[in-house]
Amino acid sequence: MLARARPGTNGIRNLRRLSGGATQETWSFEAVLSDSVTPLILRRAPRAFQGEERQAIGLPAEALLIGLAHEARVPVPKIEIVLQPSDDMGEGFIAQFIDGETLGGKIARDPKFAEARKALAHACGATAARIHAIPTERLTMLKRLPPRTRFDELFRRYKIDGTPRPVFSLAFAWLRERIPPEPASLKLVHGDFRNGNLIVGPEGLRAVLDWELAHLGDPVEDLGWMCVGSWRFGEIGKPAGGFGTREELLAGYAAGGGTAPSLEHLAYWEVFGSLNWGIMCSAMAPVFTSGLDPSIERAMIARRVSETEIDLLNHILPRG
Amino acid sequence: MQDKPPPDEILGAVARLMRETLLPQTSGRSAFLLRVAANAVDLVQRQIALAATSDDEERARLTSLLQRDGELAELNAALCAAVESREIGGETPGLAEHLWATTLAKLAVDQPNYAAYRRLANPPQKD
Repeated sequence: MLARARPGTNGIRNLRRLSGGATQETWSFEAVLSDSVTPLILRRAPRAFQGEERQAIGLPAEALLIGLAHEARVPVPKIEIVLQPSDDMGEGFIAQFIDGETLGGKIARDPKFAEARKALAHACGATAARIHAIPTERLTMLKRLPPRTRFDELFRRYKIDGTPRPVFSLAFAWLRERIPPEPASLKLVHGDFRNGNLIVGPEGLRAVLDWELAHLGDPVEDLGWMCVGSWRFGEIGKPAGGFGTREELLAGYAAGGGTAPSLEHLAYWEVFGSLNWGIMCSAMAPVFTSGLDPSIERAMIARRVSETEIDLLNHILPRG
Repeated sequence: MQDKPPPDEILGAVARLMRETLLPQTSGRSAFLLRVAANAVDLVQRQIALAATSDDEERARLTSLLQRDGELAELNAALCAAVESREIGGETPGLAEHLWATTLAKLAVDQPNYAAYRRLANPPQKD
């Protein structure tokens, strides 16, 4: 299979599963040619989980988006191979391995990244602006989710989940009064643009990963998601990913060619993001209990609902 | 009546075995999963210690807020309905106190190390 992209490949070595990601598998390995060794990444969805998260666009569509992002000078790993049904490996792709840190906690706190952190929020803002400028004409496979649709869909997911959570109901009431007007044109929204889906080196941002929740919508959604409390890894005083300020993120966004939103507009999507993550966590409980994924990881993510409840309360009903 | 030692002490021994004996012999993904499992044992211990009291307190607050009695799930559903229909909102006396107390009690079990919780549960001492 590898010979499709790299004629002369003799085999692979050092295949190992990387940690993180309960739904999808990520493997690293090296392709061996007669005179060189190339480090690569395999991302695949085993059959059992295909379509489990109905929002996901699927790894083949993700591969296409990563190609477009590369053309738009967004840092991404270059795609080498898209898995075909005849490969009998499920859906997925093989991409260039980019060395660096992906663990959000290390990026937010490890002294090794102290220099990188100084400009990281700005770089993330500029990168988001380039993503949002990607022409959308060819992206017909993506869902159109303007703010009102996004709100209605989240509320529907809350009702399907069925667990009554007064903090969530209050957050929905808060959001309902503040739904942003439909933008003149919908932009490509990455959909999972946060610390944890970045590759960072000591010098700064190296790649943006995990495009599977991409859709067309209000681009401010990506900026709000970057500031959600759950992705600050203990550095709660640095809203942008645990490494920067909202102002740095928005300054980078403007420098990258984007139109910086108001702080109120950003706050809407930050609250929406906490609620969205809370409902995603809550949905993990039946996946665990039904036996579809009986892993302890899954159970423990389900118990992260309360972190989103405290973050929501801090926004909508601050103490004192 | 069941014999001693009680569940929390047995679970404590399980978590210590995982962290002190097994973890140093493990690496990579197995070490990650072992750490997650030890954290899960800790969570269950905290729930055993705290949930009965915090559930009673939550139910008492809900009974007073809604002026009715019922099971915890039923009362929470009633509060959600009242919030969604705007009968109860952020300005309703007692709502903010109730939601904060309930949320802090959940985090005390789920994630007492979550920074937003630690800041409120253990505010920094002034010099």
